[in-house]
This record gives sequence, C-alpha cells and structure tokens, in this order.
Amino acid sequence: MSLKLKKGVNKQSAYNLRDPNLDYEAAHTLSIIVDNESGVLARVIGLFSGRGYNIDSLTVAEVDPDGHRSRITIVTTGTPKVINQIKAQLNRMVPVHEVIDLTLKGKAVQRELAIFKVVANGNQRVESLRLADVFRAKVVDSTLKSFTFELTGTSEKIDAFAELMAPLGLEEIARTGIVALLRGDNSS
Amino acid sequence: MTQANKITGAEIVIKALIDQGVDTVFGYPGGAILPIYDELFQQKKIKHILVRHEQAATHAAEGYARSTGKIGVVFVTSGPGATNSVTGLTDALMDSVPIVVISGQVPTFMIGNDAFQEADTVGITRPCTKHNWLVKDTNKLAETIHKAFEVAGTGRPGPVLVDVPKDVQFASGCYTKKNEIKKNFIKKEPSIDLNMLDEAIYRLELAERPIIYSGGGVINSGQSAVNSLRNLVAGTNFPITSTLMGLGSYPASGKNWLGMLGMHGTYEANMSMHDCDFMLCIGARFDDRITGRIDAFSPNSYKVHLDIDPSSINKNITVDAPLIGDVSQILSMLIARWKERGSKVNKKKLTAWWKSINSWKEVQSLGYENSSSVIKPQYAVQRLEELTKSYNRFVSTEVGQHQMWAAQFMGFEEPNRWMTSGGLGTMGYGFPASIGIQIAHPNSLVINVAGEASWLMNMQELGTAVQYRLPVKQFILNNERLGMVRQWQELLHGERYSHSWSDALPDFVKLAEAYGIKGIRCEDPAMLDDNIREMIDYPGPVIFDCLVEKHENCFPMIPSGKAHNEMILGEQTEENSISDDGAVLV
Ligand SMILES: Cc1ncc(C[n+]2csc(CCOP(=O)(O)OP(=O)(O)O)c2C)c(N)n1
Ligand SMILES: [Mg+2]
Repeated sequence: MSLKLKKGVNKQSAYNLRDPNLDYEAAHTLSIIVDNESGVLARVIGLFSGRGYNIDSLTVAEVDPDGHRSRITIVTTGTPKVINQIKAQLNRMVPVHEVIDLTLKGKAVQRELAIFKVVANGNQRVESLRLADVFRAKVVDSTLKSFTFELTGTSEKIDAFAELMAPLGLEEIARTGIVALLRGDNSS
Repeated sequence: MTQANKITGAEIVIKALIDQGVDTVFGYPGGAILPIYDELFQQKKIKHILVRHEQAATHAAEGYARSTGKIGVVFVTSGPGATNSVTGLTDALMDSVPIVVISGQVPTFMIGNDAFQEADTVGITRPCTKHNWLVKDTNKLAETIHKAFEVAGTGRPGPVLVDVPKDVQFASGCYTKKNEIKKNFIKKEPSIDLNMLDEAIYRLELAERPIIYSGGGVINSGQSAVNSLRNLVAGTNFPITSTLMGLGSYPASGKNWLGMLGMHGTYEANMSMHDCDFMLCIGARFDDRITGRIDAFSPNSYKVHLDIDPSSINKNITVDAPLIGDVSQILSMLIARWKERGSKVNKKKLTAWWKSINSWKEVQSLGYENSSSVIKPQYAVQRLEELTKSYNRFVSTEVGQHQMWAAQFMGFEEPNRWMTSGGLGTMGYGFPASIGIQIAHPNSLVINVAGEASWLMNMQELGTAVQYRLPVKQFILNNERLGMVRQWQELLHGERYSHSWSDALPDFVKLAEAYGIKGIRCEDPAMLDDNIREMIDYPGPVIFDCLVEKHENCFPMIPSGKAHNEMILGEQTEENSISDDGAVLV
C-alpha cells in the first residue's frame, strides 16, 4: 500500500496543476452593509485581493448617516463554492453587518450611471445628439465642439451607448459601477 | 463629565487592562509608547515581561494564552516595534489564539508624514488580525480596548491590535468601564440546525466504519467541550484521531486513541480517515496538511463538521452535515439527543472496524531503527517523554522534523499542555512560547522541543529567561541541518541540498554559560537518560544540546499531492516518484 519512493528521482517541479475551480463560474451581486468607519473599504478590498477573489465592479457610499452605515455593492464572479466562501469571509469581519447575495435572493434592480464626453462637429455631432435622445441620455454640459451626456441604466445599456458613441468622437467615459437593490416590497 | 473625572490615555490603557483582569504583559518600549510605560512603572497590578524582540513578545503571549485559556497581551512601540509583531499576529490568526497587541503610534498630527518610526500599522496588520483599530480620540480609548478583548476572545478566537498615537496617550479623556460598552459588534451565533443534528445522529447510529477527527477548536471551546468529546468517545467506542492543534483533548493513553493524523500522522489514523464511512470532524478545518490530495480524501464517508466559523465549512472539503456553533454546545446537544434516542451504535460492524484498525496498528508506523552509537532523534524524544510525563508538564516546539517527532512520540493527557505553531509553521515560535508558558505556570516543567536552526531564530530570549529566572528547558535536537527542508530536498529535489545545513553553530554549552545558566551536551545514547534527569533537576534554565543522527527522515509521510492511503512508511529505494503535481505543492 505504501508509496515506493526512490530518493531524488524528481528533477524539477511541475506546473501542470489541475485547476480546482473548473466548475461553472457565475457573476453575483453582493450588497454589503458596513459601518462607515475609516479603513472599512480597505478591509473588504483586501479580503478580495488577499484571497484571490474577483471584483468586477464596486461601489460604496453612506446610506444611513444616523447609523453610520454604508452600502458596498460588489459584483464578483466565482463558482458556487467560492461565492459561499466570499460571503462567509465577509461575514466574519467586525464592521460587516449584513451580506446579501442579490443574485440568489431573487430579482434585483441593477443600475449604473455614466458620463460621456463626445467631441465632434457636423453630422457626427448631430448624430450623437440623436442617439443620446434614443437612449434617454441627458446633456449635462456642452460647448460648440462637444457634448457631455449623462446616462443611467443597466451596464449593458451603458456598454451599448459607449459602442455607438465610439466612432462619433467619444473622448472620455466615467462610470460609477453597479448599485443594486432587491425588487418588490421586501428590503434585503 | 468634569475635568476632574478625566484621566490620561496612558492611564486609561492600564486601567482598561486591569478591568479586563490582565496581570501580565509581554512587551518592549520605545518612543511612541513611552507614556504607557510610564504608567506601567507607577502601578503594581500588571507585571511586565521585557522580551528581547517584539516577535518574541507575541509568541510569549501566545504561549501564555494557549496554556491558560486567557488572553495574551503585548505592548510594542510604533514602526519597527509594530512590524516585528507581524509574524506573531499572523501565527495567532492561523492558530486561533487570542492575543491583544497595543502598539504606540506617532502623534495623530504627524500620521502620514513619514514621521520618525512611523509605519501604517493598521494597514500592515489588517490581514493578520481578526480586527484592528487606530484610536484617534482619548475618549474612545477605553471602549476600543474593551472591544478588542471581546473580539479576540469570542467566537473563533484570534489576534487584535489597537494602535494608540502618542498624543492620544497624553491627552485626557473619560474612562468607560468594561461592562458599559455596547456589544452590538459581536457576531450573533446562528442557532443550531436541529434537523441537521438529527440527521448526523442518525448517521452516527448506523455508521459501520466511524471516525472522530478533532482539532484545536475543541481546546479553544474549553474544558466542557473536552469532557463532552471524551464522553462521546467512551459512549460510542468510536476511534479518535486529532490534528496537531488538537492533541490532548483526548488523552493519548485512552484506548480509542489512534494518534495524530495528517502528513506525518500514524498509519492507523490516516487509513481510518480514508476508509471510514462516517466522519465526525469537531473543531478542525480540513487543512491541506490533514487532507492530502483533496479529490482522494476519504472518498466514501458521510461527513459531519462541527465548527464555530462558517467560513471553515466547505472551504476545502465539502461536507454532508455542517453544524455551526460553539463546539461544546453542539457536542452536549448531540450527546443528549443521541442518549434520548437510546445511545445506539452499530456494534457488530464497529467490532469488525476495530479489527481492521488494529491490523493497521500492527504496522507500527512510528517504528524506527535505533542505534547504540548515535542518538536517534525519535529515541531522544521517547526518552524525554518517558522521563517527564509524570511531571506537571507543558511542551512547546519549534518547527521542523523535531516538531513532528514530538507530536508523534509525546503523549498529552490534557488540553492546553502542547503549544506548537501549526497553521503558520513559524520557526522561532517555541522558545518565546515556553517563556510565556512558564510565566503563567511558574512551578511547572516547561520544555521546548527544538531544532537547532529554529531555536537560533529567537535565541536572544535567553536574556528574558535569565532575567525573570524562568527555568525553561530548551531541548534541542541538533542535527546540524534544516532537517525538514533537507528531507524534502532528498525526496523531491534530487538530493540537491541547497542551503539546508546549519553551519557555524554556536557551542550551545558555552552559550548557556555565557548567560550564566546550565548547558548540557549529549551525544551518547547511553548517557541520554542521566542527562535528561540532570536537565529536569536543574532549578534554572537549561540548554540541552542533543546531538542526533543528521540524516534521519520523519515518517510516516503523506507526500504532497498524495492520498491518505498512499503514505510512505519509511526509507524506500524502488522507483516511484512523487508526481509532478505533488512537487509543486508545499
Ligand atoms: C520562519 C521560517 N522560515 C523558514 C521555514 C521553513 N522551514 C520549515 S522546517 C525548516 C528547518 C528547521 O530546522 P530545525 O529547526 O533545525 O529543525 P529540524 O527539521 O532539523 O528538526 C525550515 C527552514 C519556516 N517554517 N519558518
Ligand atoms: Mg535541525
């Protein structure tokens, strides 16, 4: 039964290790209620980088000034096992009060806000304004040579708008990342 | 609150520690913590042990904590003092040891300016503490320290750090009493899943080939968990094995004891783990040193996992019945319900199972070839065990082969008697840990089973041992090698012994004499017993330089990437390599 081993047979290390996470990976949106204290974001991000988890999107702001609570919304990808680990690890942190997996809890409203600067003239300028109208993007600033649009929607919508603007003189984009809440009358 | 009711931050620190019942602090002063040291000087309730390096302070606090069940406390200064504590904090985090480190910091108005001895201590220690705090307001200092003790000691225990800028130590503020703080920051324990518990009990009753696998969580949970574990084993007659951290929760002399499991565990323990059909894991975490190859780990068993930390569940091994909560509480519920249901076990099958186990025992996997000319390290540990086991004894170790031999050949009858660095595997842990243990148990026999290389990593603590007259026994298995590294190089790296020997070793006897303590050198197996007795009888610290066989390997061994039933039992010569997959693992 025992392994027969010859001394010193192995000449080199090997790197063909099997990926233990070959299972199916999926994106999850996590809503994390934390104390709004200094360093709390660093703790959460440090957990993700330290343990090798993905962050696809992250937003944070105080949502309850009286209770000093902030909501962090993180979109992460992983196998079910990894997602469970992430939630358990987050829950261990002292300033973390609640971790809600919106992807598991049911349907969630997910929105992102983006600002686009488009520099163009002539037909392109007209076309960018027309498309902005179709997407219900607002003009929040303009010069004779440029428009700055504000657009809110799903990430897909923002991606689509960015793609359309690209040939029309899109210079810069700023995006907030995803914020999300559960649909319906239940609070999460 | 009137000005008269205010006290300085430094006073608050001392008062809060006294409020917490602290009587001992391990530390090292420096500029940024001087106000606290000044307060320390003016009181008598807290004894301060001056170590010779801050890493040693943290390990001493760990030894103190693990041998008493209390919380260990450390003072360090800012900058280098704080960074020196990082290894001990990480060690305590990995092994779930409750310690509170209070670090001095540069004054708040200088933070961020690269001030002298400034380091981002909370930033650096964030990933190696359960939680840490930078206190910027003296009025919050007491509350924060009390919180720190709560966090360190509750749930799964662990290290915390409170960083106190110097101006906060000088400023005056209000004191908050221990019982005045809100405890809303403590995590609520989920209630125990009774259906899951019943399912686990049902499976326990039917089990044909059961095993109990216990870990450090049982010891952390306290004496009632230990008692319950022992009752369960006695009541069911199930075999039991423990992790390195769990030794002593079930007595080594108990008839159901299979010895330690894992990479250097016994054949019977690992084979039982592999072949069982019911596994009851209590306060252990399926660490890679325990499981071997994950996809071949105990393939046919129903697995029950009792743990207080939900993140330990299904992390490495997917289990069938997770039971989350304090081990002592779940165990007593489990036993009560099992008794209610008639204390049933599958007796007939159990008898057959014990037969297989006994046949594995006959392999005598801890066997080694003794010698009359040179001291075999296993023999040295065996004699040490034989000659000291009747004493009121505590054992710490360093990290390496000697550590595994100590785990294999020493028997622990009670919990909190065995202190070793398991999760982090920190060379240099054992000597300062032995100091912390001796401080807590001044009249006990405290032995550090050491390797020469590890021991050198914190040898400066000789000064501490001498200053406080701590009769710690440093039992060094001197193979003049980084033995465990050498073993891996022999087995995995083509016998290329890259930098794995201990050159330029000191003369340990002279070293002892330089500190005015006793040194003993032993190289003759025939002298060993007498020399060990001499060590025990000497009323002060002793360095015992035990010159042992230099090329002995530690067996049995599950090589990385192999399964439990693929153990190596001893030196082999036939062709069969550790796979390349395994070689890349640590
Ligand atoms: C701080 C630290 N550095 C490196 C290692 C890697 N390491 C593990 S065992 C070992 C050799 C230990 O030698 P020694 O203390 O003499 O013990 P032996 O194995 O010879 O009994 C080393 C270098 C470690 N565990 N800790
Ligand atoms: Mg050695």
